[in-house]
Amino acid sequence: MSRPATESHDPAGSDGDGTRGAYPPPVRRIALDRAPTVVADDPAERPLVSPSIERALRPATGRERLRIDELSIFYGDAPKPAVNAVTLPVHEGEVLALIGPSGCGKTTLLRSLNRLIELTPGARRQGRIVLDGEDIDGLEMTRLRRRVSMVFQQPNPFPMSIFDNVAYALREQSRKRPSKRDLLPRVEHALRRAGLWDEVSHDLSRPALRLSGGQQQRLCIARALAVEPEVLLMDEPCSALDPISTTVIEQLIHELRSELAIVIVTHNLQQARRVADNVAFMYLGDLIEYGPTEELFERPRAERTREYVGGTFG
Amino acid sequence: MSTPTLPARPAGGAGAGAGSGANGPRERLRRLRAELRHWRVTDLIGVAAAWVVGIGLCVVAASILGYMLVQGLRYLSLDLLVTQPEPSLNQTRSGGILDPILGTVIMVIVGTLIALPLAVGAALWVVEFGRPRWLARTVESMIEVIAGSPSIVIAIFGLAIFQLPLMSWMSFTADGGAVFGRSFLTAGAMMSLIAIPSIFTATREALLSIPQHLREASYALGKTRWSTIRAVLLPSVRPGIATGTALGMGRIAGDTAIIVVLLGATLRIEPEGGVPLWGTLTGTGSTLTSYVYNNSPAGEGGAPEKAYAAAFVLLLIVLALNALVSIAGRRDPARTLQK
Repeated sequence: MSRPATESHDPAGSDGDGTRGAYPPPVRRIALDRAPTVVADDPAERPLVSPSIERALRPATGRERLRIDELSIFYGDAPKPAVNAVTLPVHEGEVLALIGPSGCGKTTLLRSLNRLIELTPGARRQGRIVLDGEDIDGLEMTRLRRRVSMVFQQPNPFPMSIFDNVAYALREQSRKRPSKRDLLPRVEHALRRAGLWDEVSHDLSRPALRLSGGQQQRLCIARALAVEPEVLLMDEPCSALDPISTTVIEQLIHELRSELAIVIVTHNLQQARRVADNVAFMYLGDLIEYGPTEELFERPRAERTREYVGGTFG
Repeated sequence: MSTPTLPARPAGGAGAGAGSGANGPRERLRRLRAELRHWRVTDLIGVAAAWVVGIGLCVVAASILGYMLVQGLRYLSLDLLVTQPEPSLNQTRSGGILDPILGTVIMVIVGTLIALPLAVGAALWVVEFGRPRWLARTVESMIEVIAGSPSIVIAIFGLAIFQLPLMSWMSFTADGGAVFGRSFLTAGAMMSLIAIPSIFTATREALLSIPQHLREASYALGKTRWSTIRAVLLPSVRPGIATGTALGMGRIAGDTAIIVVLLGATLRIEPEGGVPLWGTLTGTGSTLTSYVYNNSPAGEGGAPEKAYAAAFVLLLIVLALNALVSIAGRRDPARTLQK
């Protein structure tokens, strides 16, 4: 395999500042009282290192993969668009976080990037989305969705074995089914990239629904990675998970970033701050502000952004 | 009771010494009585009525079972199960119930094989496609109409259809050129109507309970609608389909009207023509229900003992199918989707 196993990746080594090892407890609705025990009690988890340190060391973002151009989405007969003339670039090797209060259109925007929005009855789209210079309307739907794959809010493995969950993504729509043995290396590779291989390799035939919530979500990430996408969409991937699993997934996002572009929708400002390179703040369908994470959080230009990241509303 | 319980409460004399422990039945009864003291009279009457009705129904079911068990076991013998029936009024020479048993089995298989793809396909279409909306609603209400139709109505309608010359291939043409219209195939086709509603409903409910994001997860991997249905949805609804199918099989096994009208009322299985399997399907026969009807005192009468034995076997078959329902319905937690 050309890529090194992700397990060996240990950013703690480059981190001299011991106090940074402990996250501030994430501000979350769930299980707040469990957060402080995360660090102390579970040696099996990876060391908790703020990805923002690594991010500071990285070179500027790569070439543009995806361009959202004057995108508007309307639902039904509603006069006001759910997404209003948004223009945004997505670069290779970057994590772009979409933040904003509920109903601001960030999930709608995300779902339009792989044209999943077209499953919603009555949704209409204006404007262009360009993937590597090609308008996504010109791409075959199944092809597009393999290049721009997605992880959902709820961990949603299919009711089959761990192996089959990943293999299902790999099997092309062809008449000839590749055998299990042919698929195994690619399944293993995907599970390794999602940091799940060591935990499940002893029994890949286990039903995926027996895994814990965090493992299920990483299986869903493995499934989305198996098709070798260029862009990975994540719709609040941690909102149904406990703090430990959240940390693991954030670490994973951080590791995956070098290989593909990630667009993540999150309600959790701390999470956006930890994982994102660039942040786009949306409000009532409008893109209010877009910029590098530190800048947007420390020196927001728009009044609305200042209020939102400052916790005045949202 | 050896289970570790709460520290023993100061039990009120009666239960403590009896060796049944603090959680023994007497103690529980005492606590219940103490609780009931706080209840309103109307509530007490309501609860009592619920108990009476519940126990009453149990008694009714148990007496049916018990009566059939006693009567059935008295007349049932291996010999009876494996010999063919003979059309004789002399009870020592009227044979066994082999053919009716086989007839019931064939009927269930034929009916289910026709009903299963139709019902599952209809449910898939209604839930997953369902456009135009009015057509989907019409399909649902038509299936409800079928579910509500008495089977004798379905039976005579079937006879009218299958006696058309166009349908002669499903049964046979009698001497003189009239299409007979009665065979395992024609009865099975109408029997499938009896089973379709339960399979359809169970499949539809199972499909509706699948969260939308699971479908989207499959689409988001670049999968088509069809492979999503085949690889994700159908495996998820398999327990629902199994439950509905077992229920439908029970209804087929238990139906009498369609058999009496559409199976030709021959005591034995009479194949039609020379082709082995096809001959049986287009031929006539009997099932346990028609056998019971024809031999019980309530029907035409001559062999009540054998009718009881046949009724008992029929009851066993239907109960076995019901047991299948509960086994199929008990979902493997590892395969149950979270909402």
